[in-house]
Amino acid sequence: MSDTSNRELGSYDGPVREVRFREALRMGMAEEMDRDEKVFILGEEVGHYQGAYKVTEGLLERFGEKRVIDTPITESGFSGIAIGAAMVGLRPIVEYMTWNFSAVAFDQILNNAAKMRQMSGGQLHVPVVFRAPNGSAKQVGSQHSHAMEHFYAHVPGLKVVAPATCADAKGMLKTAIRDDDPVLFMESETLYNLKGLCPEDTDFTVPFGKARIAREGSDATIISWSRIVHVALEAAEELSKQGLEVQVIDLRSLRPLDEEALVASVAKTHRAVVAYEGWPYGGVGAEVVDRIQRLAFDELDAPIERVTTLDVPMPYNAKLEQLVIPQASRIVEAVKRVAYRG
Amino acid sequence: MAKILDMPKLSPTMEEGQISAWHKKVGDSVGVDDLLAEVETDKATMEFRSFDKGTLLAILVPDGSVVKLGQPVAIVGAAGEDVSALVAQAGAASAKPAEAAPAPAATTSSAAHVATAAPAPAPSPAASTSDSGRPKASPYVRKLARERGLALGGVEGSGPGGRIVARDLDSLGASSPAHAAPRGSVPRDPAHGDRSTESRPLSMMRKTIARRLTESKQTVPHFYLTIDIDGDPLHELRQKLLEDLGASLGEGAPKLSFNDLLLKAVAIALVRVPSCNASFSADALLFHRRVDLSVAVAVEDGLVTPVVRDADHKSVLEIAREVRDLAKRARDKKLRPEEMAGGTFSVSNLGMFGIDEFSAVINPPEGAILAVGQMRREPVVRGEAIVPGRRMAMTLSCDHRVIDGAVGAAFLAELRKLLEHPSQILLY
Repeated sequence: MSDTSNRELGSYDGPVREVRFREALRMGMAEEMDRDEKVFILGEEVGHYQGAYKVTEGLLERFGEKRVIDTPITESGFSGIAIGAAMVGLRPIVEYMTWNFSAVAFDQILNNAAKMRQMSGGQLHVPVVFRAPNGSAKQVGSQHSHAMEHFYAHVPGLKVVAPATCADAKGMLKTAIRDDDPVLFMESETLYNLKGLCPEDTDFTVPFGKARIAREGSDATIISWSRIVHVALEAAEELSKQGLEVQVIDLRSLRPLDEEALVASVAKTHRAVVAYEGWPYGGVGAEVVDRIQRLAFDELDAPIERVTTLDVPMPYNAKLEQLVIPQASRIVEAVKRVAYRG
Repeated sequence: MAKILDMPKLSPTMEEGQISAWHKKVGDSVGVDDLLAEVETDKATMEFRSFDKGTLLAILVPDGSVVKLGQPVAIVGAAGEDVSALVAQAGAASAKPAEAAPAPAATTSSAAHVATAAPAPAPSPAASTSDSGRPKASPYVRKLARERGLALGGVEGSGPGGRIVARDLDSLGASSPAHAAPRGSVPRDPAHGDRSTESRPLSMMRKTIARRLTESKQTVPHFYLTIDIDGDPLHELRQKLLEDLGASLGEGAPKLSFNDLLLKAVAIALVRVPSCNASFSADALLFHRRVDLSVAVAVEDGLVTPVVRDADHKSVLEIAREVRDLAKRARDKKLRPEEMAGGTFSVSNLGMFGIDEFSAVINPPEGAILAVGQMRREPVVRGEAIVPGRRMAMTLSCDHRVIDGAVGAAFLAELRKLLEHPSQILLY
């Protein structure tokens, strides 16, 4: 088993199976639907079409039409239905075709899902999971390439997670379904085919608020999440050839945020680069920078750098799109700057 | 991919270095941290170690060459790689001034885009201070400096805009036995009637002495306070101590000089008058809670100032032993740079050269230096009689920006009490 797989499984040492990211998500949902009859899925094409990205494939057949519900093209409507169902005791999983479409349900998420617990003085809670692919894909245009975690992580009352591995996809989705508060679960169209080892144990879960060390190193830290973790690992490989060993932190949970892991890593490496999809103005990466400079100020040997999506709407042109999305080469250059190399 | 190695900054004040000896040959494999060469800097002979792994493909400057900071000295890469282009590039770089660092090669078009968007690497700066005079250093460097008791004032930074970064402190830590034979042969012509002037090339150490002392005299407002103390009690105490040590330890008895007793007395006086244990910085006066005494030691081609740390907490014998060890290693050029950095107050004693009295130049960033003359035998007035006695003069040079006359006088009054009633020195 490779070192990378070890890091993906953490301390789990039970039986594992090699799966694709989409199957890991499906395993997580099916196990929780077996475990708790209150869990159900709703969204566009989740049933008869087997899911826009085949994440829910086979679930309609297995769990029936009452628990796998095809909805009309009305994100605001079915998000509201899910939030209401959660308020009266069910545990809905909402699948959006992409997080971009959640924009039309933003009011439901911001004003109902996030607020009910506080506004009801704790009488109501909203155990709903919203999940969908997030970030850029391949030439889906400026309106369908948003990194939406930045909008939602801003909101108190919401939890936002973005796994990068198959094990975390399953383990964190199960944690999300069991959570009593709304959880926004960020996947990636370009991760759905990723292969990885996934625990078969139905009790395997991954807690929120704990980052994962995806690679060990002491010359600099790259902090990332979701798909860009893999780009960061590619950059780390190249940097290693150039004599720099970087630690790669996979945040995986954006809110709550694992401050301890950030401080511990920077105390070791004294240099940090935050690499992610999303525009440079504000956002989760800027939040990470703030925590580090505040909590680990005395450990910093260089200003923290960010490698982000460039500050423009996503171009459709394939070459321009690649220029705008964070690439390993940009991460390599940023790490060399914070390490004062070249 | 082969890369050019430049002359690294191996001491905080280094501007150029002489390759004393290459330790690798062309074709040798090189690992990270392998010793590549020894480089004589202004301070000491330092080890030039590799940050890369690969094969040494070319040595661009032979043993004995003096090379400016940042100039190419060697090429490392994969065995068998063609380095002719890099050799040409290195040749072009060395023909230019020191700041002409080779541009990093871009690997892809998007990398190229970023490389142009990124701030250009800053040229190696002459000074690492901001416009306000505060040293520019990363927060981590400031933490390390606090922990290690280092002053950042003299350190030059290798980061952008001259920022002092962690590796600049690392280079203070790694060193090897010094070696500084004066360069260039000294023409000797005793023939009668030769009225020519002899020119000796400046050694690295001489350049440093010239630069630092000029800077001190030009920027630090010195004033001087002199006292002349009754030396008999100190003389008697030393005689008694030597006798007693000899009686109990015989031949093996440790040596003990006036200077050892004096250093301890100075340390105690600094504890009692802490405002004299201070430094000036651009935005604050720095009052040190440690007493680290820099002791001037003459060496073959100049002088150095090793530091006796926490002298107030050490016994006279501990100080005596330490000063002898430091002085011997200073003469053997085996002091590490950090052993000569971070003092809070200096003592310079020319008594052994028969000097009665002198004033010394402050060793920045310290705030004062005590210049000590010899123990003089002379007629002194005791009661109504003139009798044979001993006197010792010492002059305190103060940086008036941080130490005022009354503070300097209070320190000297305390020092006089200690030296004229010296048995108490042994109690601390």
